[in-house]
Amino acid sequence: MEPKTLFDKIWDAHVVKQVKDGPDVLYIDRHFIHEVTSPVAFLGLKNRGMKVLRPQNTIATPDHNVPTIEQHLPIKEELSRLQVEALKENCAENGIELYGLDHKYHGIVHIIGPELGITQPGMTIVCGDSHTSTHGAFGSIAFGIGTSEVEMVFASQCILQPKPKKMRISVEGELGKDVTAKDIALYVIARISTSGGTGHFVEFAGSAIRSLTMEGRMTLCNMSIECGARGGMIAPDETTFAYIQGREFAPKGSDWDQKLAQWKQLKSDDHAKFDSEFQFDAANIEPMITYGTNPGMGIGVSGTIPTGKNLTGSDLITFTKSLEYMGLNPGDKIKGKKVDYVFIGSCTNGRIEDFRLFANFVKGKQKADSVTAWIVPGSKKVEQQIREEGIVEILEAAGFTLRQPGCSACLAMNEDKIPEGKYAVSTSNRNFEGRQGPGARTMLASPLMVAAAAVTGVVSDPRDF
Amino acid sequence: MSIEKFQKLVSTVVPLPIENVDTDQIIPARFLKAVERKGFGDNLFRDWRYKKDGTPNPDFVMNNPSFSGQILVGGKNFGSGSSREHAAWAIYDAGFRVVVSSFFADIFKSNVLNCGLLPVQVSDDFLTDIFETVEADPRAQFEVDLELQTIRNLKSGVSVKFDINAYKKECLLNGYDDIDFLLSLKEEIIAFEKA
Repeated sequence: MEPKTLFDKIWDAHVVKQVKDGPDVLYIDRHFIHEVTSPVAFLGLKNRGMKVLRPQNTIATPDHNVPTIEQHLPIKEELSRLQVEALKENCAENGIELYGLDHKYHGIVHIIGPELGITQPGMTIVCGDSHTSTHGAFGSIAFGIGTSEVEMVFASQCILQPKPKKMRISVEGELGKDVTAKDIALYVIARISTSGGTGHFVEFAGSAIRSLTMEGRMTLCNMSIECGARGGMIAPDETTFAYIQGREFAPKGSDWDQKLAQWKQLKSDDHAKFDSEFQFDAANIEPMITYGTNPGMGIGVSGTIPTGKNLTGSDLITFTKSLEYMGLNPGDKIKGKKVDYVFIGSCTNGRIEDFRLFANFVKGKQKADSVTAWIVPGSKKVEQQIREEGIVEILEAAGFTLRQPGCSACLAMNEDKIPEGKYAVSTSNRNFEGRQGPGARTMLASPLMVAAAAVTGVVSDPRDF
Repeated sequence: MSIEKFQKLVSTVVPLPIENVDTDQIIPARFLKAVERKGFGDNLFRDWRYKKDGTPNPDFVMNNPSFSGQILVGGKNFGSGSSREHAAWAIYDAGFRVVVSSFFADIFKSNVLNCGLLPVQVSDDFLTDIFETVEADPRAQFEVDLELQTIRNLKSGVSVKFDINAYKKECLLNGYDDIDFLLSLKEEIIAFEKA
């Protein structure tokens, strides 16, 4: 038999039908939905006189535009409130379980799926959100879709999708001090560009990837969309199984044993063919930070902003426009640049491990007076864990306040907007113009880099402490 | 349900020679709050198109009376970032029927097709040719023919082919909807679930 990639094994097992000269009809195991990209799909379904085919495989939570303080009060912003209410009504009409703001399982859709054990190896998972790629950390095929496709899944539990090409990105060796999964992600994207993975599904492999915790693997797969890839995945192993076991919706008893046996088969065969391969040495990666307006514009914290001297034509126009927006000079050192805001949270870095790292760094130090800090847990469960582990006391002693779960300043759909012209070091995933608020200047980095910036008020290297 | 048919179009173009135009630029997140698919065109390229006080930014191409048309032409890696279909809706709603670039992000490309817009991917050279042609003469027209899969510079006569998935081509030419197709497979889907 022809050796197969992990991706092929899962994809092929989910093809209901191959359309001649067209896309595959792919069966979807789990469909996550949120308030922003679902209402028009529900409306389309209603106009067809239909209901959701498999509500039991659909999981809903409002996360994108919810406030991160005083969540017990009605949402002040009218349009946001209407979207959250529409989600509630649509779920009720279709028999979908909703983890609303008042539910103990509430949180960012890509945080709660894994932490509740809903996300499992070998599954196909979609959501009207590009960071659905996060779930690939468990060895599943997970990718973001548009609203028309959300409606397809509602109506048929299937999606029409051309099969992407396969790419393998291997990172071998040991990671340096204070180098995290986020740094691997930013390093890889800086090397292969924001379109390097377009048309492909990525499998991450190598000893440095194997050494990551599930939280780290989720951070890395989450960011795979930022290199243009459809998604990223990591073959499940003992780390994966140990994470899933015992979670609310994880298989139990004999069901667990049976599933575990299946999951252990989920890996790329030796000699499986990938359409493209990249290999990186973990030792070359240092704590990373972005200086421009796409996630590929990243450098090591000890580095200098590129001069752009070799660029011409539209490349040069784009580079110049980007640095003008950021108010940064080509050739300058990034370390020491002023920071006004810090944000830790989002589906990229809003998990318990991220807050442990952050707290461990700021313990016994003080937030710089010039810095406004937004500390936003990814879910109610993460928030609860932060409290139970005594992290909240460490944060408060260092001058930080814990907020409530939501997407928050990652895309600034709620009130958490970075003001115009201000610099934010952020654990989120996109530094696009205006992403964190009109005119906001975003520098993407790891929770440790954010912690170092928070206590110094400038871009700093956590290894210096 | 159906999407609008697309067969052939002759139009001037609106050039946007910027690379990596992401969906946050096409429509910023704060304008995604509607629960119906309408009105998104007003906020297309919102933060480039309007000044902070809400008045049109005269430097942005859509506010330049020299440029108009149903073909939007962007720099390479157009539509990267978020999966928001609102980006495709905004372009459609603003009156465009074709988006041209030398490279499209994956999710954006499917969203565009699903809402009845035609994505036309051309070579870097042809993209440069479009930008140069339009810079010299904003009234220069281009012809997009879906059946033949060609885009032609009517000024120079140069025509190039573009790729499109055969299934999606059929859908656009006839205005077919994916969901109708999927619903026709219901028995096969149920059988798959039981297997």
